[in-house]
Amino acid sequence: MSALTIENLDISYGDSKVTHGIGFTVAEGESFALVGESGSGKTTVLKAIAGMARSWSGSIAVFGRPRSHGIDREFARQCQMVFQDPYGSLHPRKTVDATLSEPLTIHGISDNGERVDEVMRSVGLDRRFRFRFPHQLSGGQRQRVAIARALILKPKLLLLDEPTSALDVSVQAEILNLLKRLRREQGLTYLMVTHNLPVVSFLCDRLAVMRHGRVVEIADVDQLKQGLLEDPYSRELVELGAAHPKT
Amino acid sequence: MSALLEIENLRVTFPTARGPIDVVKGLSFTLGRERLGIVGESGSGKSMTGRSILRLIRAPGKVSADKMRFDGIDLLARSEKQMRDIRGARISMVMQDPKFSLNPVMTIGDQIAEALLTHQKLGRADIRGRTLAMLEAVRINDPERVLGLYPHEVSGGMGQRIMIAMMLIPEPDLLIADEPTSALDVSVQAQVLEIIDDLVKRKGMGLILISHDLDLVSAYCDRILVMRAGEVVEECAAGELRNAKHPYTRGLLASIPRLDEDREELPVLQRDEAST
Repeated sequence: MSALTIENLDISYGDSKVTHGIGFTVAEGESFALVGESGSGKTTVLKAIAGMARSWSGSIAVFGRPRSHGIDREFARQCQMVFQDPYGSLHPRKTVDATLSEPLTIHGISDNGERVDEVMRSVGLDRRFRFRFPHQLSGGQRQRVAIARALILKPKLLLLDEPTSALDVSVQAEILNLLKRLRREQGLTYLMVTHNLPVVSFLCDRLAVMRHGRVVEIADVDQLKQGLLEDPYSRELVELGAAHPKT
Repeated sequence: MSALLEIENLRVTFPTARGPIDVVKGLSFTLGRERLGIVGESGSGKSMTGRSILRLIRAPGKVSADKMRFDGIDLLARSEKQMRDIRGARISMVMQDPKFSLNPVMTIGDQIAEALLTHQKLGRADIRGRTLAMLEAVRINDPERVLGLYPHEVSGGMGQRIMIAMMLIPEPDLLIADEPTSALDVSVQAQVLEIIDDLVKRKGMGLILISHDLDLVSAYCDRILVMRAGEVVEECAAGELRNAKHPYTRGLLASIPRLDEDREELPVLQRDEAST
């Protein structure tokens, strides 16, 4: 069964239509990347899946169940999102413990203490950080908290919006390794948005190249590694990255 | 080549609850009319180094150095008022994010003109002409229209080019660019750096490019300083970066994923307690 199926998805903000007929499927356990410049609509696709961009038409199905337009509790258990900026995505006045317990409270899960402990261990955060505030943590630690918050409901599909672009290269390497290990250990499916092609090479199996709200090419990551992308725009994107590799 | 900037034993200190902490610990370098890159992770003191050259570090931070000379001028001995003649006119700085460094309630044209008028007396027609020429130099199409726009009406890449125009219009001798492209898209990054590169070469300016991006710095600089925890761990020619010797530099290089990546896991740096 495919983890995520998107068909003919048009998303609009107000009167302006941002994406046009997006369609792709992500198999269970696969890691899929959406790449493109800013303004190409890649983050908007994630937002629509997560329920943050409400006005869309077409169909979004996660593990065979079509997604409604509203807030969907069952859906939230299956699918969680990690945001780009760990400095902005954590509540500054909530401790790590409060941040991680909140999803459990919302979903009426009672074994808070142990779950929080377990998820912190799995993302490599020491127990002493549990009652700290975000400003007492480094960027890499904050991103670990954000990943832990997404994982605490034990979802099967993770939406990653540029999870490492706000981090230093050495910290980026740690987070990428962590994401790779978590996928292996917990059998997760990833849908990742990024403009960093080397990160796609490291973490993903397939990718879709987006431009002006349309998918121009869907390719295997081996095609990317060997420079065998077909669409002229995809090639241009690879060349830009090679002439000027953004780390 | 005479040195444009000479720095010896630069220290930047901030007081904390546990006593003063040096964020830059005895940095020395000289700069000619060349392109110098400073790389390091966040917290390595690279931005503080850039800011201390312009004496932009505010109390309670303290800057001290055995020597800090720019073109024969002792920067440490200058008063605040005298520094103002240097900032912008002789040394200028491009900051990271155009969203926060442009004045939101002034038109682009007025802001660029202000940069020029602060240091020179010029007639209206002259100012307009120079501003338009500068906007063209940073490859903005239709500069006449852009002059009348406000910062929120331009894109990030355009905003950063406007910043560069503003910083270069008084024709400084030294440009300090602190992460000039990290808020921009990959496709625009190359463009912005080429503009800086081109202008630096044509006008024979000195450039200090501060970034966390090793590849970027090695592509656009002649010489590189690698900083860690306030100290320079390695200095090398940009072309030699691939053969860097210091374990820290090598660690940084190895942790960057490549386009033809086939490693199962990326090597990570061993961190000391303070930076975890």
